[in-house]
Amino acid sequence: MKKEKKCITCIVCPIGCKIYYTIEGNNFELIEGNKCKRGVEYARSEALDPRRMLTTSVLVKNGEWPLVSVKSNKPVPKKLIFKVLQKIKTLSVNAPIKSGQIIIKNVEGSNIDFIATKTIKVIKDN
Amino acid sequence: MINQNVDLAIIGAGPAGLASALSASENGINKIIVLDRNDWLGGILTQCIHDGFGVEETGESMTGPEYAEMYIKKVKKKKIKIMKETMVLDINKKKEITAVNKKGLHKIKTKKVIFATGCREKTRWHIMIPGDRPSGIYTAGVAQGFINLYNKIPGKNVVILGSGDVGLIMARRLKFEGANVIGVVEILPYASGLPRNVVQCLDDYDIPLYLNHTVTYIRGRERLESIKIAQVNQNMQIIPKTEKEIKCDTLLLSLGLIPENELAKKIDIKIDKITGGPIVNQNLETSEPDFYACGNCLQVYDTVDALSIDAKKAGKQAAININKKNGKKSKSIAIKPGKGVRYIIPQKIDKPGKIHMSLRVKKPQKKSKLTIISKGEEIFNKKLPWVNPANMVIFDVKITREIIKSSNTIEVNID
Repeated sequence: MKKEKKCITCIVCPIGCKIYYTIEGNNFELIEGNKCKRGVEYARSEALDPRRMLTTSVLVKNGEWPLVSVKSNKPVPKKLIFKVLQKIKTLSVNAPIKSGQIIIKNVEGSNIDFIATKTIKVIKDN
Repeated sequence: MINQNVDLAIIGAGPAGLASALSASENGINKIIVLDRNDWLGGILTQCIHDGFGVEETGESMTGPEYAEMYIKKVKKKKIKIMKETMVLDINKKKEITAVNKKGLHKIKTKKVIFATGCREKTRWHIMIPGDRPSGIYTAGVAQGFINLYNKIPGKNVVILGSGDVGLIMARRLKFEGANVIGVVEILPYASGLPRNVVQCLDDYDIPLYLNHTVTYIRGRERLESIKIAQVNQNMQIIPKTEKEIKCDTLLLSLGLIPENELAKKIDIKIDKITGGPIVNQNLETSEPDFYACGNCLQVYDTVDALSIDAKKAGKQAAININKKNGKKSKSIAIKPGKGVRYIIPQKIDKPGKIHMSLRVKKPQKKSKLTIISKGEEIFNKKLPWVNPANMVIFDVKITREIIKSSNTIEVNID
């Protein structure tokens, strides 16, 4: 593994320190730039295993709305984001849906569930 | 005409309307009515499906619809009447509201009014971008509604003008939906949205941010075909020969928000030229007694948490004052934005006590000091590790009876 020098903007607080570090395989080394300890932790986790909460929407059948908004129940590894999104695009779910209900379990074997963040009633006949 | 008498009428059932209704109810008012033209509650939160809402208020990061539902549930447990799909047409100083819905025309007489009418997005015409008038140009919030509520993608090759939070969040959202997001163009030397959004919406997906750039021309016959962007200098003037053409079919505008106060203006409520919202006192009461303002029609907030706290105050104060006669006007002092401060709320204080204030600075800067000056003397100071126009500065100050008695203005500075 090659030793790489990198820089990220810390987002723990709004100061936005530019933190410089090197990464060689799983070996993280801080160079400089952080004003507090939390910055080191942020840079380390961003360098070794970046994850994001993922929010998107899923198609709804027979609902008052054509979509239900969903969120991941835990942060998704960054490299899986588009794979997960592609899978979600192929799915649909029937109304009624309650906010908090699990919509997709263990998407793409990632051990991550997606939960409805909105309540969708069944569409009324006009 | 359907006639009703209430104690408190709230116009708008977005987060501000819901929070103020809840708080008024908790403070003892029973006859509350909330009017909203949409057929849902929660206003714009419904289309904000990303997370980050409610962190300061509840310690939990919620999505917009979740945050809205939290309030909707609480409001539904109270004796609060909600009229959806109802458009307020007129209002007068006698506190009579004219509204219309499918059932007909309504006349609502009330003792107090809270404006919670939200804000609107700036359009192409606010910054006068020259060129053709093809389809494919949307404000970022409209595009957000298309995608998140109605399942319509506005286009395939997208440029975003303006780096406000809505624009940044839409860059990521469009990327998630498979669009090609060409870049975000910002006239200022820094992003106007929160740093967190620059990192998580742009940097994460390698979407370029063109600082010190603006859109100089729009070209397209039916549909948008291309735009021209150019670099600007420190005075925001276009630098010759830096212009380049970008092929795209969609341009999203994230140029900022304007408080919506058409109704308030009908009854000559005084408007702050900088915020675009009513001038208010420490209770969020406007220049017209019995009329209050909260939420994004008062000032454009950066978090819903801060917005709800203020909206609850408006509801509470309306409740406390419900049966009080408006006596003689007590002396008030004006709070003026001084050095480094773009605006401050409230703009007036007429009662001593701990005053909750919020302001925005003109420029981002590191280590700063906030000072409040009354008659040449410093009455308050606070050190701030950083300030940024994207982040409201919120603080409490004790204003004594003596200060109100002895001066006409106090000035707030950020050095």
